[in-house]
Amino acid sequence: MTHVGLQTSEAATLASLSWLLIAIPLASAAVLLLLGRRADGWGHWLGVLACGATAVLGTGILIEMLGLADGDRVQAVHLFSWIPAGDFSLDAGLLVDPLTVVFIMLVTVVSTLIHVYSVAYMEHDPNRRRFFAYLNLFVAAMLLLVLADSYALLFVGWEGVGLASYLLIGFWQHERANHVAAKKAFVMNRVGDAGLILAMGGMFAALGSVGYETVLNGAEGLSQGVVTFIVLMLLLGACGKSAQVPLQAWLGDAMAGPTPVSALIHAATMVTAGIYVLVRSAALLEQTTTAMLVIAIVGAVTLVFGAIVGSAKDDIKKVLAASTMSQLGYMMLAVGLGPVGFAFAIFHLFTHGFFKAGMFLGAGSVMHAMNDDVDMRRFGALRGAMLVTWLTFMAGWLAILGVPPFAGFFSKDLIIEAAFAADTHAPWILGPIALLGAGLTAFYMSRLFFMTFHGTARWSEDEREANKDPELVHRHPHESTALMTVPMIILAVGSVFLGLVLAVVFRDGFVHFLEPVLGYHGHPETVIPVWSIQVLVLAVVLLGAVIAWFLFGAKKVPATAPEANVLVTAARQDLYQDAVNEGVFMRPGQGLTVAARATDHSVIDGAVHGLARGTAALGQIIRKTQTGYVRSYAALMLGGVVLTLAYVLFTRV
Amino acid sequence: MSLVHYLVLSGIIFSIGATTVLIRRNAIIALLGVELMLNASNLTLVTFARLHGDLTGQVIAFFVMIVAAAEVVVGLAIIVSIYRTRRSASVDDASLLKS
Repeated sequence: MTHVGLQTSEAATLASLSWLLIAIPLASAAVLLLLGRRADGWGHWLGVLACGATAVLGTGILIEMLGLADGDRVQAVHLFSWIPAGDFSLDAGLLVDPLTVVFIMLVTVVSTLIHVYSVAYMEHDPNRRRFFAYLNLFVAAMLLLVLADSYALLFVGWEGVGLASYLLIGFWQHERANHVAAKKAFVMNRVGDAGLILAMGGMFAALGSVGYETVLNGAEGLSQGVVTFIVLMLLLGACGKSAQVPLQAWLGDAMAGPTPVSALIHAATMVTAGIYVLVRSAALLEQTTTAMLVIAIVGAVTLVFGAIVGSAKDDIKKVLAASTMSQLGYMMLAVGLGPVGFAFAIFHLFTHGFFKAGMFLGAGSVMHAMNDDVDMRRFGALRGAMLVTWLTFMAGWLAILGVPPFAGFFSKDLIIEAAFAADTHAPWILGPIALLGAGLTAFYMSRLFFMTFHGTARWSEDEREANKDPELVHRHPHESTALMTVPMIILAVGSVFLGLVLAVVFRDGFVHFLEPVLGYHGHPETVIPVWSIQVLVLAVVLLGAVIAWFLFGAKKVPATAPEANVLVTAARQDLYQDAVNEGVFMRPGQGLTVAARATDHSVIDGAVHGLARGTAALGQIIRKTQTGYVRSYAALMLGGVVLTLAYVLFTRV
Repeated sequence: MSLVHYLVLSGIIFSIGATTVLIRRNAIIALLGVELMLNASNLTLVTFARLHGDLTGQVIAFFVMIVAAAEVVVGLAIIVSIYRTRRSASVDDASLLKS
């Protein structure tokens, strides 16, 4: 049951080439950025090629690893001496183990599909080459993040994805909303980064190193206080990256970027980094029940928070963003449940990567057909016009709902089951919350699906006449080109079969595969029978979907959002997260800067200027004594002498 | 006759000299006032020399006389040159050094 620590072995042939995974997209990004306009004609294909090469190499590493014995699967690759500073030295090295390989596969495969999709999606953008350069940079940074063998090197990748997301979210920076969103994501992520830095500081203070090997093997020797501090700080970092309460507010706004970016950030790369860093630190987490409980609570709160927000939004991308937040809440909850949950969190992360990417690309396809409109209230009945998008989106929809045998069923149910398993009172709180989340997920995703693809066509001529809404321009939705639909189809296939293959065909193959890193903890002992949980989950999912059908599929959806009750209004406003942030952090912060500025102005400057003015005034007075008359000087001297004499006389006596 | 009387006389002479320097405009007269003050000081020095029974004060009095003689020579030369350029020996007229 205890953690195995980290025993590395010599890297096999392909694994020792894993640095190429980072180098190839990085070099491609450099070429695209340095060549500038000259690369406009073929730059996007270079980007696709670079990303595709990483996918091929990643697959090779996976296959090679499958051929190794379990004990040899944690491989270290030494690169170079990175920070030699006196007694302290840190080498840059890579760690290729099952957990890393899972991420490599997810990142490279999904990214490659998104790259291909982007070639068509960004076809009319004059800066397509720059877009691909940023995408490649993002992939390189994310691969560095997951391949690093120390928290310090992970941090480089961590900041790299932050930079790339800033560049990509603000890609259309001529729009004010876009660069504001990019800045918001950047700033909120920096708050989380402070946590990661503090965690590293804690590790360094306690163990004198930030390398995984030292930290994870030394975890058991740490005192409760130290390890709890480190894990909570890691959690803070994870909250920032993975958009968990209370650092979640940037995620919805980040939808301002091009849709492939949203797919990339949400499915495969950046937001998963928080989960990754926590699972990677499993040996630390196991030492502190306090921090684990906090992680579970953060996950549970975010899960419900995201689901509520997603249930009320009309912007198709923002619903998907809220959904990501909610699903990451599931993963966070799984991590917080302890050893039984670690592997399930990664499993759900993996399948989620596929179906969320598929749905984002589907949403992009819909937007492409609807003149970049994102308001679901102006969609409806797109099934007929966009058959492939409808089918692939349906695969993602059923997968995220957790309908058997789609991928989400296997991964999400495992988390819900784990939430019901523990020997304290926790399962009676966390379990129902996870169950509620499943119902809400079913509701908002079905709402999105029905509003977009079913019901009445709210973009048609008749509808425009009936609504008297000039905003409803006349549109002819059409299916996207093959470059866009093929990646969607591949992702849809993943959404359908991935869970089935990994969980059933290979009989818990996924969880077993992660054993060398996370240990095998078997299936959890639930407080109520597993079959009853599965029935309950299916029941609430069905209930959520049916409610959504009656409200948004069968009934006519008004083209403008109707007046709503307090809860719906609050959810439309993201549960006032921006207002809270503004009231709690921004206003006092601004007050502080205003006060600091005023202090600087009146106190510091005032003192300096006052001193100067005082000296000048004194000079004016003294100047008056300089008359040039001999008599007055003589009188002054006399007075001075008399005073001196008087002083001497009285002090002597 | 007590030695204190000498000191009192010295004080009176010093005061007359000081008053002269302070209130008279004519440079020559002011210089005379300075001489009176110096003489009063000398008288004090000699008196104290007598009081202490050594020669230090008397010696210093000689120094004062020599310095006074030198000073008067320089002072008179300056006054004469001022008079030649400005046709006036009033010290108030010569306040040009004022900033």
